[in-house]
Amino acid sequence: MPELVGNTLAGLLTLAIFSFLYKDNVVYKFAEHLFVGLAAGYYVAFQYRTVFQPNLWDRLVAGDIVSFIPLALAILLFTRMLPSGQWLSRWPMGAMIGAYAGLQLIGFLQGDLIAQVQANILSVNTGSWVTNVNNFLLIVGVLTTLVYFFFSTEHKGAVGALSKAGIYFLMISFGASYGFTVMARMSLLIGRLEFLFGDWLHLL
Amino acid sequence: MDWKTRLERLDRRIIFLVIFFAVLMPLFFPLGLSITPGPEATAFHAAIEALQPGDAVYLAADYDPGSLPELQPMLEAAIEQLCKKDVRIIAGSLWPACPPLVNRAFTQIAEGRFQKVYGTDYVNLGFKEGREVVMNQLGQSIRGVYPVDSAGAPIGDMPVMSGVDSYADIKLIVNVSAGYPGTKEWVQQVRSRYSIPIVAGCTAVSAPEYFPYFQSGQLSGLLGGLAGAAEYEVLVSGSGPAAKKMDAQSLGHIVIIGFILLGNLIYFLRSREGSVA
Repeated sequence: MPELVGNTLAGLLTLAIFSFLYKDNVVYKFAEHLFVGLAAGYYVAFQYRTVFQPNLWDRLVAGDIVSFIPLALAILLFTRMLPSGQWLSRWPMGAMIGAYAGLQLIGFLQGDLIAQVQANILSVNTGSWVTNVNNFLLIVGVLTTLVYFFFSTEHKGAVGALSKAGIYFLMISFGASYGFTVMARMSLLIGRLEFLFGDWLHLL
Repeated sequence: MDWKTRLERLDRRIIFLVIFFAVLMPLFFPLGLSITPGPEATAFHAAIEALQPGDAVYLAADYDPGSLPELQPMLEAAIEQLCKKDVRIIAGSLWPACPPLVNRAFTQIAEGRFQKVYGTDYVNLGFKEGREVVMNQLGQSIRGVYPVDSAGAPIGDMPVMSGVDSYADIKLIVNVSAGYPGTKEWVQQVRSRYSIPIVAGCTAVSAPEYFPYFQSGQLSGLLGGLAGAAEYEVLVSGSGPAAKKMDAQSLGHIVIIGFILLGNLIYFLRSREGSVA
């Protein structure tokens, strides 16, 4: 019985969201607002139970003095609301931005920049003509796309031709991304239809 | 009004309706289109096949119900293959809404079909806030990051955690990701620093961003969207929930391609008439 009620509620709300495809209406707006409100409430409660309580509150109650440092930094974040003490919020913001910038910088250099440059140093004489063509296209694609984003020289003559080739590679890339996006949205539609006609109405 | 003008002024709701029925019909009447696994899915499958019984695998599940149709079949198929290989599964999540989805897959597949025991064969560590920081800290001590599992039980005494406390004790990371934090961050923070092999399943939207990681060898396998999940299911068990949806997906794509071609044809004809600038 609880499953039937839950599925019926979910089914009706799904239809309410789908009704936007016909035109904007009050039923759609109700479902939208209900979702936003529920999600916000759920995440506040969830963050309190899984982040604030175990990582800070329980430790403070247990007498962990070190935990007063993050508590003080967290309180300082709220000084943005004080007209005269806004500058105090820069300290915790600085700590967060500094830590994340350090992590991201190293991760990007190690994981993306160096590894991807290495991965594009390819041979065009591998013994397999298919691989040779693939590698050649990859090298040409990377170089011409880089030329397109090089703005210190006017895109005329040879640079212009390479830049134009770069645009074609970018277009192919955007086309592939669009195709994958269509596939993702279609998958979501299939998931909802399977729920409506399978889990809810038991017609599948 | 000629046929070109009629099509130009076609109500978009008619297009929605056509797509709706194109997707719905194959769910009722499957077409049985064949699915051929690509190199990415084959590599994903091979990376898990290379594991030995008793090896420990970290299952990084980073998504939420919004990506359920694409990613849950991947997670279920991965758990199925891991159970067949008799490896230990340690699951964790950096997305708050994911742990219940992991529990559901474990209950259905690990417990329901393979009679695996919680705490002995697998464990769900649950959600941990901290994103890249958590990824790095797991490399120092899993018990330090997750002293208890998603239900609050201490993980120190669980047989599944025996001899496992950092990436050095993990043979493979299986990541199922819907965005940030996800596959990109696992590659940047963990693959490059700890040299541990990673296989990833992701939403179709993010797949093009991750193909270079597969090409460079930073990912040992990659599943992109429902199609990737279906290919992987074919390799694991011959069929599955994603494979069954592929007929609807394919027919939907054909209809969209048809509309794109039709739109371009009319644009081309109008250009010849000189009525399009």
